Amino acid sequence: MITRKIILRFPPELVEEPVTYRLVKDYGLMVNILRASIHPGKKGRLAMAVSGEPADLEKAMEYVTRLGLDPEPMAEDICRHEDRCTSCTACIPACPTHALDVNRTTWQVSLDKEKCILCGSCVPVCPYKAMEVTYNGS
Amino acid sequence: MIRTIEEINRKIKEGRAVVYTAEEIIEVVRHKGVARAAQEVDVVTTGTFSPMCSSGAYFNLKQPKTKMKLGGGTAYLDDVPAYTGFAAADIYLGANALPDHAPRNTRHPGDFSFGGAHVIEALVSGRKVTLNATAYGTDCYPARSREQEIGLEDMNDAVLFNPRNCYQNYNVAVNVSDRTLYTYMGILRPLLGNANYCSAGQLSPLLNDPLYRTIGIGTRIFLGGGIGYVVWPGTQHNPAAPRGSKGVPIRPSGTLALIGDLKGMNSQWLRAVSMTGYGVSISVGVGIPIPILDEGVMEHVSVTDEDILAPVIDYSHQYPYSAGGEPLAQVTYAQLKSGAIQLNGKTVPTGGFSSYSKAHEIAQLLKSWIGQGTFLLTQKSADLPGAEGGDA
Repeated sequence: MITRKIILRFPPELVEEPVTYRLVKDYGLMVNILRASIHPGKKGRLAMAVSGEPADLEKAMEYVTRLGLDPEPMAEDICRHEDRCTSCTACIPACPTHALDVNRTTWQVSLDKEKCILCGSCVPVCPYKAMEVTYNGS
Repeated sequence: MIRTIEEINRKIKEGRAVVYTAEEIIEVVRHKGVARAAQEVDVVTTGTFSPMCSSGAYFNLKQPKTKMKLGGGTAYLDDVPAYTGFAAADIYLGANALPDHAPRNTRHPGDFSFGGAHVIEALVSGRKVTLNATAYGTDCYPARSREQEIGLEDMNDAVLFNPRNCYQNYNVAVNVSDRTLYTYMGILRPLLGNANYCSAGQLSPLLNDPLYRTIGIGTRIFLGGGIGYVVWPGTQHNPAAPRGSKGVPIRPSGTLALIGDLKGMNSQWLRAVSMTGYGVSISVGVGIPIPILDEGVMEHVSVTDEDILAPVIDYSHQYPYSAGGEPLAQVTYAQLKSGAIQLNGKTVPTGGFSSYSKAHEIAQLLKSWIGQGTFLLTQKSADLPGAEGGDA
């Protein structure tokens, strides 16, 4: 089984298409929605992690491409600028998945990117501007 | 009296002084007891690193060939206005100062990405900033404008001055309302979403000398990576705040005014901060040595996070409207540092604004300076106002 993080972009006419349902039901994928911005009548955006057998994933990508959802590998990333971080821990209560955590012996803050869902909650909370959500590496 | 500061300094010069940090001494006292620890240990070092808005720096700029009187004119450093109410070449830059064109909170919450603190950090990092100045011109100072890239090397003096620093204990900020608050204590999520605190607790200088027995006017300190001094009680110094066991305040209380040569500092210990929706500030690293003159001093430096209580204050009403009343709760720093506190039956996650890891590093650094004989202790010239002064 493999996992891919992808972003789907919905044109307004496709916002009501039950894409997640199809991915689960028709292609047997596990779907974890990371971020969603979907409003009837407007463009939507869905970031998700999809897991399944490689062949199923490939077919599923053909399905969403056929629909015109323009699937893109998720290139958003979170960056912790270690030279700016002072390990003050202001970010710790803001992180919903505990991707940001502090070792309570050394008091060093660390970021586990595997746990990060790119919600961006840590960005305005950090007084040192050490946290940044980058898109396609920029 | 077990020893004098002169005796301690003699041992420091001979490389024989026994020095521990305020964190290490806890175990020493637990193991050996106060009396024996006081006999064996000469100095305990403290440390703190957190935003302190009441900070700034004054500069004396080298004059251009055609001289200029900045006093009564205007001066901007990287577009941030400096105060020009002094003589021909002295300006003061506050950490909170913002460019005239900064959006501030027009689109709330503003991000406050640049201000006086960033200029100070840039200068300390060895970078040049752009000076833009105007003057009305006099017979002795004819120049009327000046635009120049300047760095610390273009200044006769660059001095960090904090009217207030080292708060002895502080509020724990929470938000009981149903909307997010943007404060100097960080972003406070609604309905007790988080609790933010700001003290190094058991490493914090004034919590280790709660009655100001050794720290006073004239005390030499670690400041921003260089050498500084305590020059006065800090503004809002309130020694009469309520105190708990061993004289440790249970509310914000004493403060220190600090000064030091900016040219000797470095940006590892002096950092600009941007508080979303609030403003620009600066974090300043401070370390203060405490000479173990007697058992009483040792008793105080053995204070632990379990012993220190902080008041939990509601920043949606109690703080902004000076509503008074009792704090929502009193919690220890040990509880705050565990990651969550219990409030009104709810588990509230905690976040710090004072970096304990940097406070720890500062206390270690000061310990090593003393160990190497490069930092000698000073006898204070005058006492800070004690518990008999100030407003309760």
